[in-house]
Amino acid sequence: MIHTRGLTRHFRVKGGTVEAVRGIDIDVEEGELVAFLGPNGAGKSTSLRMLTTLLPPTAGTATVAGCDIRTDPLGARRRIGYIGQGRGSGDNFRVRDELVFQGRFHGMGRAEARRRADDLLAALELEGLADRTASTLSGGQRRRLDVALGLMHRPELLFLDEPTTGLDPHSRANLWQHILRLRERHGTTIFLTTHYLDEADSMAERVMIIDHGRVIADDTPERLRTDLAGDRVTVTVGKGEAARAAEIAASIPSAHEVTTGHGTPPGTGLPAGPRAEPYGEPDTVTFRVRNGPAVLPELVRALDAAGLWTLATEIRRPTLDDVFLALTGRSLRESDRNQEGA
Amino acid sequence: MTTTTVAAPRRLGRAGSFLRDIGLVFGREIRPELRTPIGLIAGMTQPLVFLALFGPLLSGMPGIGESPWQWFVPGNLVMIGVFGTSGAGYHVLVESGGGSLERVLVTPLNRAAMLIGRTLKEAVTLLAQGVLIILAVLPFGFRLHPAGAAAGLALLAVTGIGIGSLSFALALAAKRTPSLFWGVQQTVLFPLLLLSGVLLPADQGPAWLATASRVNPLTYVVEAERALFNGDLTAPAVGYGLLAAAAIAAVGLAAGIRGMRRAAL
Repeated sequence: MIHTRGLTRHFRVKGGTVEAVRGIDIDVEEGELVAFLGPNGAGKSTSLRMLTTLLPPTAGTATVAGCDIRTDPLGARRRIGYIGQGRGSGDNFRVRDELVFQGRFHGMGRAEARRRADDLLAALELEGLADRTASTLSGGQRRRLDVALGLMHRPELLFLDEPTTGLDPHSRANLWQHILRLRERHGTTIFLTTHYLDEADSMAERVMIIDHGRVIADDTPERLRTDLAGDRVTVTVGKGEAARAAEIAASIPSAHEVTTGHGTPPGTGLPAGPRAEPYGEPDTVTFRVRNGPAVLPELVRALDAAGLWTLATEIRRPTLDDVFLALTGRSLRESDRNQEGA
Repeated sequence: MTTTTVAAPRRLGRAGSFLRDIGLVFGREIRPELRTPIGLIAGMTQPLVFLALFGPLLSGMPGIGESPWQWFVPGNLVMIGVFGTSGAGYHVLVESGGGSLERVLVTPLNRAAMLIGRTLKEAVTLLAQGVLIILAVLPFGFRLHPAGAAAGLALLAVTGIGIGSLSFALALAAKRTPSLFWGVQQTVLFPLLLLSGVLLPADQGPAWLATASRVNPLTYVVEAERALFNGDLTAPAVGYGLLAAAAIAAVGLAAGIRGMRRAAL
């Protein structure tokens, strides 16, 4: 459904060239739901603008819904739906008018466009708003109208650029419900960008992480987390036993980032204070490992065999932020903040 | 894929679908104007102020003939045309900033039609404003020559198409910097208007000003309008005015269509 090779876009700016997208290869098959995840300025929107024929690439090729975006942009436009970052509806236009004209821009007849507009108004819970001017809608309503506009011509491939940015949690959930139902019913291929980690994690079947204009990872969220970050295991042992415990932990295949520390890790429920600590202030060993839940009992047995006490254990499943951190050495949230500050 | 519905194959030919696209863009643009015609009036406040507060000052002024209305109203119509249509790009700036331009650019709509449909809406709005002005001055002794007035309005519409298109072209080029759009628009607008002799006859001024006025295409449009609204359809000024208006329209459309075709967001 989407195939790109070496897709590149440079922007000329004062005093040089910005390489916004640096040769990305994407292959998305029919029916997939793929999220493009990355900090602001990573090249997500620029890539999407090229795929939707809004921006000509500097180099590389892209085929979208079977149409080459350079030689047959019109064919691509007929087959794709695009829900951009902004408001798709014009401020002064009425909700229903915008939908009907969108359908007619796509070659529908008047009656067909009206029928389709009414169906979508109902499906997206906008019925009562048909005759309202778009500027009078709430943020969530306006976003649902954007989705309706993108769906008017029943596209086989839908692009969404940060669809839920700026929405409250309720509207976000509501919008996702609509998107997922659409997919269930029509098998629409969906390609979206987001900088919400939890959104990419819970909604997408496949996540492509983009940073500095390059795709640096591409897999299911589950595999990305397991393969690239791993579970963070913290074991609390008796005072002065951290070093030996760390040695044992390090001998587990796939264990890495082994560190030791002092004190009760928060959230373990271990009673604090000297009276509850017959061994004194406890030590901790923290490390990352694949498949933590399976590794942990083994480790406890090994510690036991070595004569060490295990006071508490904790496993934290990695987030996509951990994945991003493992890949780039930066936190996604920090990258975002720096971008916004810049 | 269960629903591969590419938009219904067009039974129209190339030209037919182009005209259809123009009609659709025009239809979308004109609808809010029809629903709230107040915008029509709001767009002509400045020319109306000139008509009411400046027009009366012209009586007895040399070089304008015996009736100030007969001299001033045709120029005032050109003023409305230039004021209104030169700001048309504002809509493109708003749509580009908001996201709806982007949305429409990803439809198969013909890009040239996107420009022409918008420009036609400006021209139709202008015609409605022209008719309103004429009706407003009739009670004050403005003599109406129906054939000449009709031709005058048509000439005005052609000029409006040109200036509106230029305004769209400017807006598309400056869509990331709206202040640039307004800066250029204002800088160009006033000298062109003053030099065209809409307010006072430019040929009564110093030689350099009269010369500058002669190279301003709007001057010829204004003179043609004056001849037409006086019922003089065969005056040489009409021919020059028609040429000037056609030239403005041709340059404007070429620039506007080029801008829309190249629009990348």
